[in-house]
Amino acid sequence: MRSFAFSAAENVDQAIIACESNNAEASYIAGGTTLIDLVKLDVMRPERVIDLNRLPLKEVERLDDGRLRIGALVSNTDLAHHPLVTEHYPLLSQALLAGASTQLRNMATTAGNIMQRTRCPYFRDVAAACNKRDPGSGCDALGGINRMHALLGTSEHCIATHPSDMCVAMAALGATLTLEGPNGIREIAFGDFHRLPMDRPDLEHELEPNELITHITLDTPVVGGGSHYLKLRDRASYEFALASAAVVVAVEDGVIRDARLALGGVATKPWQAMEAEQALTGQPAKTESFEKAAEIALADALPREHNAFKVPLARQAILRALEKATQAAMNS
Amino acid sequence: MNMKEYSTQTKAVETETTVTLTVNGEPRQLRIPPNVVLLDALRDRLGLTGTKKGCDHGQCGACTVHIDGQAINSCLTLAVMCEGREVTTIEGLASDAGLHPVQQAFLENDAYQCGFCTPGQMMSASAMLEDERIGTDDAAVREAMSGNICRCGAYKNILAAIQTARGQMPTARKEGEVS
Ligand SMILES: Cc1cc2nc3c(=O)[nH]c(=O)nc-3n(C[C@H](O)[C@H](O)[C@H](O)COP(=O)(O)OP(=O)(O)OC[C@H]3O[C@@H](n4cnc5c(N)ncnc54)[C@H](O)[C@@H]3O)c2cc1C
Ligand code: SF4
Ligand code: FES
Ligand code: FES
Repeated sequence: MRSFAFSAAENVDQAIIACESNNAEASYIAGGTTLIDLVKLDVMRPERVIDLNRLPLKEVERLDDGRLRIGALVSNTDLAHHPLVTEHYPLLSQALLAGASTQLRNMATTAGNIMQRTRCPYFRDVAAACNKRDPGSGCDALGGINRMHALLGTSEHCIATHPSDMCVAMAALGATLTLEGPNGIREIAFGDFHRLPMDRPDLEHELEPNELITHITLDTPVVGGGSHYLKLRDRASYEFALASAAVVVAVEDGVIRDARLALGGVATKPWQAMEAEQALTGQPAKTESFEKAAEIALADALPREHNAFKVPLARQAILRALEKATQAAMNS
Repeated sequence: MNMKEYSTQTKAVETETTVTLTVNGEPRQLRIPPNVVLLDALRDRLGLTGTKKGCDHGQCGACTVHIDGQAINSCLTLAVMCEGREVTTIEGLASDAGLHPVQQAFLENDAYQCGFCTPGQMMSASAMLEDERIGTDDAAVREAMSGNICRCGAYKNILAAIQTARGQMPTARKEGEVS
């Protein structure tokens, strides 16, 4: 592994200045499960690494307006099992526990999970052409083994999936990120944080180089909503999604009052299927409505040589997640 | 300039630094550059070779150790980040009273073939059995243990060993018990 300078920040201000006070390429480290993996592969090459683990950002708290504020450094394990999450946002808990392994979830943090990089094998191989890793070099996935790659939000420059499960639940639930940098604090909607690859797949999010994420605040829970996270993959555990669906529905007298639907494993960013959500609202909570929604959600799917199987797979994930969430709503 | 005022600044370690941590109950000091992972520090600098390197990328669990009682992958943990922390490796699992119940149960259930994954399996199992947030049935155990790959496929006996150990451990939740 390449060498780097290291410092541990005691507070947010120190973390920001440590990052900007030097022209060298700096990188924050939280759980390290993305960063160290990619430094070992020589894909990420920070000259300075700044440890965030001493920052006081490990609380999960309910705000007066009913939203849930999560510190950037809360571990994936602690968040998944937090009583306020299991009670009010079981979808988030389910999605977190569907990701990675016990050991990795113990290490991984909420902000680190949002910032994790794609698992595209060409991105991870420095001998391959990859516009995300090396802008302008091309994309070996386009004509390569693209079985794991995305159907939605792709461009001719990059078709890599965003690998997170947690983020799919957040896209469905709605959230706001709090960012802090040299110019102060700002907020951004979760849905606006990750970028589509377009012609600059190396630019993955709206964070400025010396800004950090301090909190993630979930919208108030859907009243009377049932939810379900369904993840389909090559093995039953410890594997990334081929397709996943996060659903929240509230049903009144057999009619869908509110619907949230987000997809994972098939898109270049955590994918909120907004048009499908709108199409579900006001419709009977029945298979025909779910089928219509799945059709709308996948209307723009653009399969490549090896990933066309993901279209029916994602459709099935949507249908089953909607059915399960509806059952949960009826039983609540 | 619309810049914040900064009172202090952290000093960056450029070459080598001293890290003080507890390993298996003993205070230890390491003199290391920042890019050394805990796995290599344990094996190459402290001579604790029970912790294994399988994939070196978080994909197999052979390197599992406990930090402050939690199972983690030591291949993705920087040793400099372990300052002041308590690390337990497979060498620290047994006590003066004898083998840890998980070790004893692996022995009795023949829960290995080549044994390469075994230290990691035992470290995950021993942490899991003390964690009341994890269910006690076979499905929950398999899910919680999925971060430990066994290339020999000894999973059936590993599961049996863990459930046997559960019965022997006073602090472990029993099967069927709900939290
Ligand atoms: C084998 C394996 C399997 C996995 N399987 C899954 C899976 O099935 N599902 C899934 O969702 N994930 C999976 N993951 C990914 C895992 O969830 C992420 O690696 C983890 O969430 C990253 O969090 P971290 O705290 O370890 O990040 P780090 O590695 O510490 O950081 C990652 C990036 O985020 C930046 N960063 C960290 N904190 C902040 C902050 N507060 N503000 C700004 N930037 C920050 C860092 O600079 C770095 O660039 C897997 C990982 C591995 C290695
Ligand atoms: S799909 Fe994206 S990440 Fe993968 S090789 Fe192409 S440009 Fe790189
Ligand atoms: S060596 Fe650490 S997980 Fe494989
Ligand atoms: S016993 Fe050989 S890898 Fe598990």
